[in-house]
Parts: sequence; C-alpha cells; structure tokens
Amino acid sequence: MSEATAQTTSPAAASAAAVPAVPRSGWHVATVASTRRETPNASRIELEVDGWPGNAAGQHLDVRLTAPDGYTATRSYSIASSGAGTRVTLAVDRLPDGEVSPYLVDDVRAGDMLEVHGPLGAFFVWAPDAAHAAAAVDARPVQLIAGGSGVVPLYAMAEAHGVAQDPTRFRLLYSVRSPDDVYFADELRRLAEASAPLQLDLVYTRRAPDGWRTPPARITREVLESAVIPAAERPRVFVCGSTGFVERVADWLVELGHDARSIRTERYGGT
Amino acid sequence: MSFITRGFSGRSRERDERLPPGQTLVHDFPVLSAGPTPEVDTAEWEFTIRTESGEHRWNWDEFTALAIDDVDTDIHCVTHWSKLGTSWRGVSLDTLFEHVETEQEYVMAHSYGGYTTNVPLDELLDGKAWVAFEFDGEPLEPEHGGPARLLVPHLYFWKSAKWVRGLVMMDQDEPGFWEQNGYHLHGDPWTEERYW
Ligand SMILES: Cc1cc2nc3c(=O)[nH]c(=O)nc-3n(C[C@H](O)[C@H](O)[C@H](O)COP(=O)(O)OP(=O)(O)OC[C@H]3O[C@@H](n4cnc5c(N)ncnc54)[C@H](O)[C@@H]3O)c2cc1C
Repeated sequence: MSEATAQTTSPAAASAAAVPAVPRSGWHVATVASTRRETPNASRIELEVDGWPGNAAGQHLDVRLTAPDGYTATRSYSIASSGAGTRVTLAVDRLPDGEVSPYLVDDVRAGDMLEVHGPLGAFFVWAPDAAHAAAAVDARPVQLIAGGSGVVPLYAMAEAHGVAQDPTRFRLLYSVRSPDDVYFADELRRLAEASAPLQLDLVYTRRAPDGWRTPPARITREVLESAVIPAAERPRVFVCGSTGFVERVADWLVELGHDARSIRTERYGGT
Repeated sequence: MSFITRGFSGRSRERDERLPPGQTLVHDFPVLSAGPTPEVDTAEWEFTIRTESGEHRWNWDEFTALAIDDVDTDIHCVTHWSKLGTSWRGVSLDTLFEHVETEQEYVMAHSYGGYTTNVPLDELLDGKAWVAFEFDGEPLEPEHGGPARLLVPHLYFWKSAKWVRGLVMMDQDEPGFWEQNGYHLHGDPWTEERYW
C-alpha cells in the first residue's frame, strides 16, 4: 500500500505514506505537551507519545491512569489528529460523575505522564485516496455525523481531507448543545473555507445563536434528511457520539434509504 | 511498565476479584457495533450450522422449542466495561452440536448485517456457549443483538456475535470482521487479549 502512495508528489500524501494503513498497536508512554479548554465542558490535550507509529484519521487509543495504590482505570478516546509523527491530540468531554474524564478535563497538565495503547480500530477510518485524488473520478462523497464529543474522529477525517486537498465531497452534520460547545470551532470554520472544502451544518439542541433559523431541538429524521448527502448519491457515512445518538441516527439513515453497509459507527457509551 | 499518574486517585473502591484486568464495572449495558442495528424479524430468522458434510437448519419456532438453559454469567467487553451476574436464556451449543458430525475444529460465526467472528469449536462446547434470545427476563433487544446472539462469556464480548444467523465450520482459524479490524484472534479477557 505504501508503494502506491509513495509515487505521488504531494507532501500530504508523502507523509501519509509513512503510516501503514493499519499501524501496529502497542503500549506507549505519553507526556502531556499542552492542554487547553476546548469548550466550557471539555479540554483539548496534546500528547507527545514515545514511539507512536502514526495513526489513520478516525482511530482511537486507550488511556490508562494509575493511582498511587496501584489502582488503574482505562478508557478509550478518539484521536483528533492523524498521519505520521508522535504528537497526538485528544479532546475529552467531562461526564459529571465520571471517574476518568473529570481528571483529564480539569486536572491533567503539561508534563504529566500517562500510558496509552494504540492506535486502535481499523474500520472507523478514512484515508485520502491517492488514486482518486490523481484522477478525481468516481469518489463517493463522505457524510460525517457527530453528536457532541463524537466529532473528534470526524474532525480528524475532515482535517486529513483538507490537508490532502482531496477532491472527495465532504459534509459534516454536527449536533451540539450550544454555540459554546462546538469543538474545533476555528479549525472547522477554516476547513469550510479551504480549497477542498468541508460543508458544515450545525444543529443546536439547547441554545442556538441569536437569529438562528430554527429553535434549538434535537436532531430529527427530517433534519437528517435535509442536511445529509442524499442516499441516491451513495455517500459513505460515519456516525459518532453517545450510543443513543448513534442508534437513532443510524436507524433513520437506513429508513431514508442509505445502504447499511455504507454506514460506519462509533458508539461512545451512555444513552 | 506502570507508573503513577500525578493527581489521579480514581474512585475509592475495593478491587472485585471477578473483574479481569483493565475492566471497569458498569450497571448499564454499553454497546459496541460497527454499523446500524439490523432489524431481524423472527418470522424470517433462521439459524444454520454448516459443516464439511452439509447444513443443519432451525427456524425460530424449532429453535425456541429446543432445550433452553438459564445462564447467569459475567460479561466483559473489550472497551473496558464488565457487567457481573447477568442473566440470559438460550440454547446451549452442546445441544445444537448434538447431532452435528464434523472433523473441522474452527468456527466462523456469521451475523445478519454481515459481521463475522471466529472461535475455536472447543471453546464453544462443554457448557461454555449459548445462542441467547432473552436477557434479564425479556426478549433480547435489537441493540444488544436480538432476536438472538451468540453468548461466549469467557471471551471478550465481541466474540458473542450479535444478530447471529449461523456457524460455518472451518479447517483453520481465520480472522472474522472484528479480528481483521484490530481485535485479537482469540480474546481472553483474563490475559487481556484485546488487540493484535
Ligand atoms: C472508541 C471510543 C472512543 C471514545 N472517544 C472519546 C472522545 O474522543 N472524547 C470523549 O470525551 N469521550 C470518548 N469516549 C468515551 C470515553 O471512553 C469514556 O467513556 C468517557 O470519558 C467517560 O469516562 P468516565 O471515566 O469519566 O466515566 P465513567 O466513570 O466510566 O462513567 C460514568 C457514567 O457515564 C456513562 N457514560 C459513559 N460514556 C458516556 C457517554 N459518552 N455519554 C453519556 N454517558 C456515558 C457510563 O455508562 C457511566 O454510567 C470514547 C469511547 C469509545 C468506546
């Protein structure tokens, strides 16, 4: 696989070629390089991971924390970054009664060390297609659908798409509580303006910006129908968020005529 | 290579001996699926076992008329959650294989929706696996694999194929869908066989 991409000259494709489609996973020591508030309820954490083999857009890793008494807790987190290199970006939402997420959102700081296992998952991934990029033929459009922190792996895909200047049509439907809760807000805006643009549709569930067309409400089947690439165009669809969100959206997509085999899902838990 | 994570204490708790390493006890029932939940009507459902010599087939009525076991067991998902003392009803694989003659030692479980997972046959027999259609006294919900799923509680739960439709015997162990996508060929939670 790497031979094929190595023939292209674009720098993005060349750096992608350094990462096998499915890099081998393993345990690594990660040092927190930086943290910043992503939304009032979430933090972005940049890790420097010793020996990280790179990862494809959409993959996740396991974070293991160890308490002084030897107790450990392990949770999965999607990776917001992709490609070669040892820098890995996460974005974590604080669950009020959670064990791990409040620590990652509020307590972790630059210089702290964690253990991570990854990269993981070879199915919920998207890679720029070098052959299609060259010929710009017959690439199926890509529809991303995110609920809350479920945008993390989809942002990685949108960013990889932008970096590679991949001509595949890309659209993201993103459900958030309020305008303050948009992850990667500046980056998404920039991707929407870029030359390989991302079409961004936001749905606000609790509070919409002033003058917004519709009052805040959860995604409905009708919204999905109007803000998603139609089934007739055979998009590849990636859906990510809480289990309840993904279940609802995936069921509606099937009802709207999307081929179940074209819908890939990542369920974060919860209802 | 464990070291202490500064500032992390975790919830105070006693370690439950029934939890394999790296697992957290949950009380809800999380879901791991790679795509939409297939809707399978019991009127059309059937279960088959295919061997080198032929095929055995049950429809829903035939299947639910077989000897049914009550199973109380702990379950462990690769995404780090475990549930203890879950209760299921289903047909033991020993019952299903009673009249099946085969020399082949490996099984590929096939599901409605196209998913597959591989398990050696000897890990499915001797009271180790069921095809379950009730959870907690209710028909198994589609989200959790209904109408029927494989139940192989001593392995990580992705091996307990949801929406199971049949077993195909194989001469050699081959990776199924989940295994091709990064999960371990075998999947023992006690030795943390999570990923390859
Ligand atoms: C593949 C994968 C990728 C993930 N990526 C991310 C990510 O990028 N960012 C992120 O913030 N989280 C992500 N998660 C969720 C994450 O793994 C944890 O479940 C989450 O951080 C809660 O952990 P906790 O220890 O704080 O809560 P816990 O102490 O484990 O749980 C507290 C309670 O909340 C419930 N719960 C767990 N997850 C959710 C949820 N998503 N919504 C509502 N209730 C829930 C639990 O069932 C439990 O009842 C991902 C999960 C998976 C499986």
